[in-house]
Amino acid sequence: MAKNYYQKEIETMPVEELKKLQSEKLVKQVRHVYENVPYYRDLMDKKGVTPDDIKGIEDLHKLPFLTKSDLRDAYPYGLLAKPLKDCVRIQSTSGTTGRRVVAFYTQHDIDLWEDCCARAIVAAGGTNEDVCQVAYGYGLFTGGPGLNGGSHKVGCLTLPMSSGNTERQIQFMTDLQATILCCTPSYAAYVGESLKEQGCTPDQIPLKAGIFGAEPWTEEMRRGIEKTLGIKAYDIYGLTETSGPGVAFECEEQTGMHINEDHFLAEIIDPDTGEVLPEGSKGELVFTSLDKEAFPLLRYRTRDICVLSRKPCSCGRTHIKMSKPMGRSDDMLIIRGVNVFPSQIEAVLLKEGYEPNYQIVVDRKNNSDTFDVMVEMNPEMFTDTVSGVSAQEKKLAEAMKTMLGINPAVHLVAPKSITRSEGKAVRVVDKRKLHD
Amino acid sequence: MLKQLTVFVENRQGALVDITDILAKNGVNIRALSIADTKDFGILRLIVNDNEVAQKTLSEAGYLLKMTDVVGVKIGDAPGKLSGALAVLDKNSINMEYLYAFMTRTEKHAYVVLRVEDNAAAEAALEAAGYHLITDDDVAHL
Repeated sequence: MAKNYYQKEIETMPVEELKKLQSEKLVKQVRHVYENVPYYRDLMDKKGVTPDDIKGIEDLHKLPFLTKSDLRDAYPYGLLAKPLKDCVRIQSTSGTTGRRVVAFYTQHDIDLWEDCCARAIVAAGGTNEDVCQVAYGYGLFTGGPGLNGGSHKVGCLTLPMSSGNTERQIQFMTDLQATILCCTPSYAAYVGESLKEQGCTPDQIPLKAGIFGAEPWTEEMRRGIEKTLGIKAYDIYGLTETSGPGVAFECEEQTGMHINEDHFLAEIIDPDTGEVLPEGSKGELVFTSLDKEAFPLLRYRTRDICVLSRKPCSCGRTHIKMSKPMGRSDDMLIIRGVNVFPSQIEAVLLKEGYEPNYQIVVDRKNNSDTFDVMVEMNPEMFTDTVSGVSAQEKKLAEAMKTMLGINPAVHLVAPKSITRSEGKAVRVVDKRKLHD
Repeated sequence: MLKQLTVFVENRQGALVDITDILAKNGVNIRALSIADTKDFGILRLIVNDNEVAQKTLSEAGYLLKMTDVVGVKIGDAPGKLSGALAVLDKNSINMEYLYAFMTRTEKHAYVVLRVEDNAAAEAALEAAGYHLITDDDVAHL
């Protein structure tokens, strides 16, 4: 098969040259941030680092880290590096009160993000002959807009379906002969099952490839989706903070995701000490943007645990590869593609008049996440009718849905019945086997 | 006025055994019971001969409970007697949440426990229709 790249020169650039390019961009990016973002300038000043100290990527470790809590503290404009008149778009995390992250984009930033997505589509075999069905959510969530833009750049006929309404998805897929599907892996699995139920065999499904991300998934799930849909399934990685999907993507080798290193510089650190670890070590992934204008982030800690590898890849791309995230260094859960922090559940309970005694149980059935929240009954709210207790469960579920954006099944349980180990309640039981 | 002991029961094996065992060990006699259950939990409603002991021992064992006011009414042990009593409530537009009934060995009567929207109205209507209402004291001496 002929090798296809969206931006061949950059994607296959010899590593030494790539590093040189990164160094040049980093020096400029640091200066841009220092001059325009007082919040980060303060962090640098406190550490005694000036832009002059950063002469290349070898000096990256001198810079202070940014964390999600910095983003929260600086909300909404504290990390903005361009006047609003130069910005054309915002995107936001699926997250919620207190944890929301708003990222700003200039047209340049949108272009580089969409280029990254276009690279992912081309790596999955996409050309201007393809029909690309984007079934990620559109709106504040970056999934839909990112892949939509990438699909335009490649020249695919783009079907901006957004998420949900499976019947309509399948109708457009069949009527317009979609060849590439972009969505979360669990939704891809669901679409596959629905097609199978309708009696569609993989060879009757027009799709040839899928680009799936925004939530953790396993190799086993990949093989399942590939089999049901008769496609090759590619992983894609990204986060709103750095732009959105496309920060890294898989090629046909399917052995890790190439990080778009001309835009994002990756490091692996020890999450406890912050020490930079050598290539091949397992640790927390940290990103530094290299040429973003509106929302450049230097040394942003993703909390995703993974491994980087620069082993030569048969696809010809020279950019470093990251493994699938193997876990988190904080307590965030990703359920049905949505970021959930246990503290959000706690906030809802306190607001609704319950003690914060709860347990979140996440499992995966038929490739879809189940999300149950056990809550200890408040003695004062106990009633003698089933409808009374059920109404309380429903009210809690609705309040959680408003907070999180996804619907949990709430189960009221007896007081003091939630398992406690060493006196401390087990807040999260994740039964999904997401990491090998 | 009759008091019902309402207990929240988790849907797990042995939950009812545990509760009835506690009552037995403390000499509490169950006159009537009903259980409403869902996939997740059950609500056990009990009429017992000694509310005080039952309440104390069960809450000490960690059970979530509540005393609920219900209406107890004595009816004849014959076909049509229950529907007659219910018709009185219906005629007076009194909504009912649930009911259960029990009999005793000694008397030729049945007893109905009613949980209605408005206890006072139900009691007045039943008494006006000639029904005899039962109290905790009656239950203790059955």
